[in-house]
Amino acid sequence: MIMGESQENLNQSETNVFNPKIAAFLCNWCSYAGADLAGVGRIQYPPTIRTIRVPCSGRINPLYILKAMANGADGVLVSGCHPGDCHYISGNYVARRKFALIQSLLKHVGLEEGRVNFSWVSAAEGGRFAEVVKGTTERVAALGPNNGVFKVADRRATDE
Amino acid sequence: MSNIIDDIRETARQLLADGKVDVVIGYEKGSLPLKATPCFVRSPQDITKLIWDETCENNLAAYVKKTPGKKAIIAKGCDSRALVVLLQENQLVREDLYIIGVSCQGVIDKKKVEAVTGEIISASITDGKISAQGMNGDKEFTFDELKDATCQTCRYPNPIIEDIHIGGTVDAAQQAVAFEDVIEMENKSIQERQVYFREQMSKCIRCYACRNACPMCYCQECFVDSNAPKWLTGGVDPAENLMFQAGRALHLAGRCVDCGACSRACPQNVDIRALGRKLAKDCLEMYQHESGINVDVKPALNEYSTEDPEAFLVKE
Repeated sequence: MIMGESQENLNQSETNVFNPKIAAFLCNWCSYAGADLAGVGRIQYPPTIRTIRVPCSGRINPLYILKAMANGADGVLVSGCHPGDCHYISGNYVARRKFALIQSLLKHVGLEEGRVNFSWVSAAEGGRFAEVVKGTTERVAALGPNNGVFKVADRRATDE
Repeated sequence: MSNIIDDIRETARQLLADGKVDVVIGYEKGSLPLKATPCFVRSPQDITKLIWDETCENNLAAYVKKTPGKKAIIAKGCDSRALVVLLQENQLVREDLYIIGVSCQGVIDKKKVEAVTGEIISASITDGKISAQGMNGDKEFTFDELKDATCQTCRYPNPIIEDIHIGGTVDAAQQAVAFEDVIEMENKSIQERQVYFREQMSKCIRCYACRNACPMCYCQECFVDSNAPKWLTGGVDPAENLMFQAGRALHLAGRCVDCGACSRACPQNVDIRALGRKLAKDCLEMYQHESGINVDVKPALNEYSTEDPEAFLVKE
């Protein structure tokens, strides 16, 4: 982590480009496999995401998204199977209602649109996964660093 | 009003005397002016403790799950809606519950008095007029001036479920536009909303009075108390306060009955309802779901439709 960070700072000072850090919650059965396929197919996409594999998009607790931003993630990407294709039959249908409400509430309290992104990516959509990451990165990069709607200013107060 | 109190007491006495219930959950006069306190009556001699007026602001549904045995509860419209949600979620046994329904004119928001008079020393209510003597002065208010914000737009003043009804019924408030307050907030710019919520969250001291007053907050371990994972620290960072309030609001999405107990319990006057109301509006618009009005349906997030809207997805 420390090494990664110092390298990134080095990169930033050299090119002066903002490299956002995006927490990506990917479902095990579709989107994670989609990311894998993008890798196997050698499809290029920006190295901005930090992947967190979850068993199902239905497993994603709204607090995961909030906590990622509290800990300083510049953006969040959440991706699961397409509706109807859930490995657990209905996990993503249940998730879909949650996601819609999360997105709406975050926008309401003043979080910029594009900071938190939701998508469905299947295991066969390696190319599309790369597109989603590219799009998400562009949106988050355009917004700039996490401005602190949810980011905890004094990290010393946290114990991570 | 006194007839209602007599009827409540008589009903409670009968229930206890017949052994139909072990305890009656109601209100008694509190130690502070303009604030009734929840009361648990277990023997027929104590029924004279029970009162009913505009200061009965707690949502008693919050105590039902914690009270063992067969119980009767005095329920306003919002209390009954909370009971409906708890029944939907299998948190209560209907057979152990006797609901004494009372229609509600609305309750007093004590903070509106305190804003004018300072800390209230004494107060009295006569014929709909509330006169308060405070540290910074005395004033007489009409009930409408002091009515809590949620009661002003209350659409369910009459209990949704009840075993007996006491007193007359109350007409629901007529509102030109539903969710007027939410729409007003939605129409503001993102910066304005950001500033507004930052200001509100800066006031929050995370005392969790809102959670404790809430009938829906019954998690065995609240996420704010969890150590592994430790979602929140002990700090009072406004961003972290927002994470708490937003996290709580999301837990209550499709369940919150907008009784306003949280905002009345808040010592810091944080606009907690702004979050819950937004999600209530979304649930109604997206899922045609209104919480706590029908025992036979599930809460909005416990079910789904293949046709649910997907406007939140990225465009790629």
